[in-house]
Amino acid sequence: MQAETALGRVGLWFLVMLVAMAAALGAADSGFAAHAWIIAALGFVMIWVSASRFDPLGKARGFFKLPDGPSRYDDDPIRWGVIATMFWGLAGLLAGVFIAAQLAYPQLNFEPYLNFGRLRPLHTSAVIFAFGGNALLATSFYVVQRTCRTQLAFPNLARFVFWGYQLFIVLAATGYLLGITQSKEYAEPEWYVDLWLTIVWVAYFVVFVGTLARRKEPHIYVANWFYLAFIVTVAMLHIVNNLAMPVSLLGAKSYSAFAGVQDALTQWWYGHNAVGFFLTAGFLAMMYYFVPKQAERPVYSYRLSIIHFWSLIFLYIWAGPHHLHYTALPDWAQTLGMVFSIMLWMPSWGGMINGLMTLNGAWDKVRTDPIIRMMVMALAFYGMSTFEGPMLSIKSVNSVSHYTDWTIGHVHSGALGWNGMITFACVYFLVPRLWKRERMYSLRMINWHFWLATIGIVFYAASMWVAGVTQGLMWREYGPDGYLVNSFADTVAALHPMYVMRAAGGLMYLGGALIMSYNIWMTLAGKQRVEAPLNDAAYDPEADRPIVNQPSAVPAE
Amino acid sequence: MSIYETLRHFADSYALVLMLALFVGLCAWPFRPGAKERNRDAANLIFEGKADGE
Repeated sequence: MQAETALGRVGLWFLVMLVAMAAALGAADSGFAAHAWIIAALGFVMIWVSASRFDPLGKARGFFKLPDGPSRYDDDPIRWGVIATMFWGLAGLLAGVFIAAQLAYPQLNFEPYLNFGRLRPLHTSAVIFAFGGNALLATSFYVVQRTCRTQLAFPNLARFVFWGYQLFIVLAATGYLLGITQSKEYAEPEWYVDLWLTIVWVAYFVVFVGTLARRKEPHIYVANWFYLAFIVTVAMLHIVNNLAMPVSLLGAKSYSAFAGVQDALTQWWYGHNAVGFFLTAGFLAMMYYFVPKQAERPVYSYRLSIIHFWSLIFLYIWAGPHHLHYTALPDWAQTLGMVFSIMLWMPSWGGMINGLMTLNGAWDKVRTDPIIRMMVMALAFYGMSTFEGPMLSIKSVNSVSHYTDWTIGHVHSGALGWNGMITFACVYFLVPRLWKRERMYSLRMINWHFWLATIGIVFYAASMWVAGVTQGLMWREYGPDGYLVNSFADTVAALHPMYVMRAAGGLMYLGGALIMSYNIWMTLAGKQRVEAPLNDAAYDPEADRPIVNQPSAVPAE
Repeated sequence: MSIYETLRHFADSYALVLMLALFVGLCAWPFRPGAKERNRDAANLIFEGKADGE
């Protein structure tokens, strides 16, 4: 029986390999051919793995010290997800530091594969979809099992979701380096990669909803509402924004179903809601489970969590047009986008207040628990960037800030501050529990990570504020004769010091993530660093003794 | 009237009112009488049983 299954698997992978090789040979362009060869190579490796007794996954399990035997919850995909989060996080941050250095020193553009235009989408996709996406996959599978008190509904499908998503990341990343793009921001992969992601995402939806359906707990905890909103909305956004007609079934090139300003509006309806439902709703779901767990007290107000959930859902979807101020988009649509963006301020702060106030009565933990400290910093940055966002969406502010580095600073205070910090905190929470260790290897290293990341963000955001305002003001400066005072190259020269500062900030943030990787590595190895605890009541042995035979004090003259 | 105009009129009238009513209803739902207890239980369900829900 086992031999028959193995034979069936070999046949299936052989078919995959043959089809991929045929596609590679008949491909209309070299990029599509390269992707087909990647699939063929995958098929070949899988034939080999299925046919021989060699088990690379088992070897990798040993390498990463994954615990053996059945656990009460289905935690294996979550462990892989945590490892993938760290790996893609390092890759994405490294790409970010490199392109920051390219902006400061253009000599670092290595044509054609490593120029800024190709590495920039590699960086954004790696940090948002690979790092953030794997964190969301892992935590959603963890949280939905714990809050529903049941195991994952379809264990094999859950594994397909994880590995299928990694294949999507590899195809997207290699595609960028090879120059394959449909030129839609945060949705650069071409049609066939989009179709693959759609299959993976529907499988993700089925696993998540199936697990909710077999829950043993009558109530669906609010974190799951946020996860579900994230999964459903991202599916809708992804499908509509990527509606396109391929030129050839064996070629990478496709053309969007929309044209002109309709295409632009669809793109930013997608783009802003990727921020709203991927980077906000999904990460708020993490916040609603892990912050109360780490603080060991229930969320401040369950009512507030429900109100701000529905407010986010109803408002976010309209805010996209603020990316298209002063364009061909009709004025009323621009104003609508601006008004809804300003209204979004309140539900966003609802989430921040709810998270921060969960610590009410336990604020001392900020001093003693570096994980809580990270969570508080994440919520603080969430609050700051969701204030900055509505402000930037106001048309008169946008006329200075749009197309400048202010936008990049804003994005990074949200991404590094909110998404990065909350993800790091959740991974620090998860690793000892998933690998059955008593605690992380070192709490003091978490503290180092916290400070490196925080100072890095401050460098990044502050330099980009200055750079953005400088750019905005220089671009709009007119001389008395009615001509523009500065050329574009003048502004680039003026920004050089800011770009160097930005790269330094990014390097610090990457340094923090490297310390984290070492810390996780040692935790997996089962080690605990001998170190002084972060807090201890003061003790002075000299003073710790009774008062005996004290001579009576000599009265003063 | 074109399909666009028909849909647009619907979106600007009944659909808008329905959406608003739905939104207000969903926000009011946790404030219904007797919900206080349920909200407290829901907020605490992540702590029931053994550590980490195991």
